[in-house]
Amino acid sequence: MATWTDISGIRQKIADSSAEEITASYIETIGKSKINGFTTLSEEAINVAREIDANGHGGPLAGVPIAIKENISTKGLSTTCSSKILQGYVPPYDAHVIEKLKAAGAVILGKTNMDEFAMGTSTESSYYGPTFNPWDMDRVPGGSSGGSAAVVAAGEVPVSLGSDTGGSVRCPAAYCGVVGLKPTYGCISRYGLISYANSLEQIGPLATNVADIATIMDVVAGYDNRDSTSINRENTYSDALKDDVKGMKIGVPEEYFGEGIDEKVEKAVWDSIAKFEDMGATYEKVSMPHTKYALASYYIIAMSEASSNLARFDGTRYGYRVDGDNWHVMASKTRAEGFGDEVKRRILLGTYALSAGYHDKYYLKALKVRTLVKQDFDKALANVDVLMGPTMPAPAFKIGEKIDDPLSLYLADVNTVPINLAGVPSISVPCGLADGMPVGLQIIGKHFDENTIIKAAYSFEQNTDHHTRRPPEVA
Amino acid sequence: MVYENPDGVRIGLEVHVQLNKLNTKLFCGCSTKYHDSEPNTHVCPVCLGLPGSLPVINEKAVEYAIKIGLALNCSIVEQTQFHRKNYYYPDLPKGFQTTQYDFPIAGEGKIIIEGEDGEHVVGITRAHMEEDPGRLQHMGSIDKSKGTLINYNRSGMTLIEIVSEPDMRSPKEARRYLDKLRSILDYLDVFDGDLEGAMRVDANVSVHWGDRVEVKNISSFKGAERALLYEIMRQKNHIRRGGEITMETRHFDEARGVTISMRTKEEEHDYRYFPEPDLVPLRVADRVPKVRETLPELPDAKRERFMEQYGLGETHARALTTEIKVANFFEEVAEKVDPKDAAVWVSDILKGELNYRELSIDAFTVEDIVAVVELVTGNKVTEQSGVEIIRTVLDDGGKPQDIVEKKGLLKVEDDIVATAVEEAIAENPEAVADYLGGKEKSLNFIVGKVMQKTKGRADAREAREKVLAKLKE
Ligand SMILES: [Zn+2]
Repeated sequence: MATWTDISGIRQKIADSSAEEITASYIETIGKSKINGFTTLSEEAINVAREIDANGHGGPLAGVPIAIKENISTKGLSTTCSSKILQGYVPPYDAHVIEKLKAAGAVILGKTNMDEFAMGTSTESSYYGPTFNPWDMDRVPGGSSGGSAAVVAAGEVPVSLGSDTGGSVRCPAAYCGVVGLKPTYGCISRYGLISYANSLEQIGPLATNVADIATIMDVVAGYDNRDSTSINRENTYSDALKDDVKGMKIGVPEEYFGEGIDEKVEKAVWDSIAKFEDMGATYEKVSMPHTKYALASYYIIAMSEASSNLARFDGTRYGYRVDGDNWHVMASKTRAEGFGDEVKRRILLGTYALSAGYHDKYYLKALKVRTLVKQDFDKALANVDVLMGPTMPAPAFKIGEKIDDPLSLYLADVNTVPINLAGVPSISVPCGLADGMPVGLQIIGKHFDENTIIKAAYSFEQNTDHHTRRPPEVA
Repeated sequence: MVYENPDGVRIGLEVHVQLNKLNTKLFCGCSTKYHDSEPNTHVCPVCLGLPGSLPVINEKAVEYAIKIGLALNCSIVEQTQFHRKNYYYPDLPKGFQTTQYDFPIAGEGKIIIEGEDGEHVVGITRAHMEEDPGRLQHMGSIDKSKGTLINYNRSGMTLIEIVSEPDMRSPKEARRYLDKLRSILDYLDVFDGDLEGAMRVDANVSVHWGDRVEVKNISSFKGAERALLYEIMRQKNHIRRGGEITMETRHFDEARGVTISMRTKEEEHDYRYFPEPDLVPLRVADRVPKVRETLPELPDAKRERFMEQYGLGETHARALTTEIKVANFFEEVAEKVDPKDAAVWVSDILKGELNYRELSIDAFTVEDIVAVVELVTGNKVTEQSGVEIIRTVLDDGGKPQDIVEKKGLLKVEDDIVATAVEEAIAENPEAVADYLGGKEKSLNFIVGKVMQKTKGRADAREAREKVLAKLKE
């Protein structure tokens, strides 16, 4: 029977039994899974656990199982971005975060499902088929890190890593009723993260509680000289685990409650803000006038970068290959067969946006809008400590409901993409249910001020019981 | 004299220089010393473009680029940035080349060359940094090839692309520009020009001030001159036949010595440049003063100094300063012997012998050339013997002194020559009479006899003077 156990609980269990037993029990749980959250299980996991039992390990995650999104490179373990085009590709190197996790003693159980190349909000575009939401098997888990969120929610692993380009950690966290953090751009090295849109994305942790998020951050965040966008800045995230929001100023952007927002989501979020008031914080409404342009700007930038990032998948060096009479034919056929529809759509749109004659009209304009969106955040966060609003405008939708309507799928990202454009940190925490499905509260902070949003999220968790709600099958 | 440029020729050159003297590649830690290695042994996730890998700029490469910019009298940009140039080719592991676009590290500059009508200034448009792609190798001949192998050892090597203004008016000027560029780069010690692929040239050519044609795939300086001569002739002929020159890209077929059309302007690639998100803009302005301090004396300055300090003529000074190694060699020799003698022996004689054998100055030692110059100026051996010593050292090895001994090159003593002169005059009264009677040629006969008697070891000029002196007595 799957359970939710936090990292300190797991460490206690390991002390009482062994890392091997814990690992084996999680592997057993995964074996019975119906949600299709894992794509590949690590055959090494049990050996790593045995090694820790035999030799001891002083790391903060000694023996703690973790799941890794399909787009983070793991040496010797398939890393395919849930795409056909990367079938057979096994990285010969570990991502920076994987090196850090291994050094901390974590046991990597396997890789988790995602939207192909992280392009999606539902994990339906995966080559491995959709992942199901543990709260309702007819619904999507969100995306693109749907696998990473669903396996945590289903009790198949205590913590996982996802990546967030436009909401890909926070959206599935909200849909699956778990906690997910998108750190400040430059906070965690992207070395080994297979790029979708480099200027926007960050790796981020998912867990059942805020303390575990801080613990993982303490391990994986920090400077890496192999990522030129990584920032050299010391921080201890677990220092922020204090129940104290007295005097904290909250800004509530009106624009995050725009057209199409679900009434019950709206209510859950306002109730949460009222709770913060009870706890000693104050709130004011703020305006972020460029929010309505953020989505368009985001998609143009992300697709433009993607069109170039995905050019390397041509069947020449690794992954899937369709033979052809010459190289160009081979590469074209490989890409035609290897990429799914959504990926092709984004490559085409991105290629178009960067083309001569359209570059200024689209790409350059999107960059200008990005600057305006950033200014919105600078202005709003000058007067308040954090911003709050709904992570997603509505709860998880039905599988298949939006698959043929990419535009309505894109619209679901309306409250998450501005954060990536601005590069600021944001955490999504469970804040209630709407028709039985979890609702996420998004808490946004200033650049590199993860500790304030972690403190707010932790305090909220200490004073509410939303985080104790579990999907029907999980005790 | 002003060069008329009758055909209105304008040539601009784009030269790719591989900074193979850097220890590591442009964006990764892979070694650059791959030239004698097995294929795909100098690679890593970054230069193979593996998913998830990220570039990190090689700071030394930035320093070298600034150095080159300064040596070409270029302005150095405040802040430089990398862009992606997107195109598909199997030698390009990421599907784009990381290069520079609107913020190249070095802006406008100039180089002075020996033009058709004296000193000629060639403008430099820009110099920017970029990564080298890998290399393709066809299995068998290109048309019957069973497949293509790719070697990524070269992938990610640092290139500096130096773009000139269309200021050259003849293939000869283009060649001079390339020689001068190579000379300057040689001085900066940033690359080894002898390594395969160290310098690659693309040319823009137009005649009668018309549209320019780009000629690609020129792999040597000699090739550049040939390609340009052909292309100018082709354009002139085309116009003469009533044709029109339009912008296009042509490929130089080195084996056949012709250029072949690759694509017209309409078929030009759209490279969809955009800023490389994985590299942050790089402030370089503050590094310039420090790099400037490391700049060596460059060819033009050295030439001036050689003329002033050693009293050399311009021809000698120019010949001796083209290659830094030769210039340094000369200065060492000039410390030990008269600088003018040093100039003659190094520039006129030694370099000639080396060029003939396709050897560099490294094939000879300062010590040996000093020995040769001292032997000649000390009247121990004849000039002819001096040359012979140099040839012997180059062809068979050995030290000059030993060669003199072994070959018996030591000049014969004066009294032996004097005796030979006396004997020659005494033994040939008819020739003496003829000479005194006005037959100049008879003198040569008598000198020849002297040379015979001394077995050629006498200096012919000296022998002639001695005969003349004796006859005047
Ligand atoms: Zn490398």
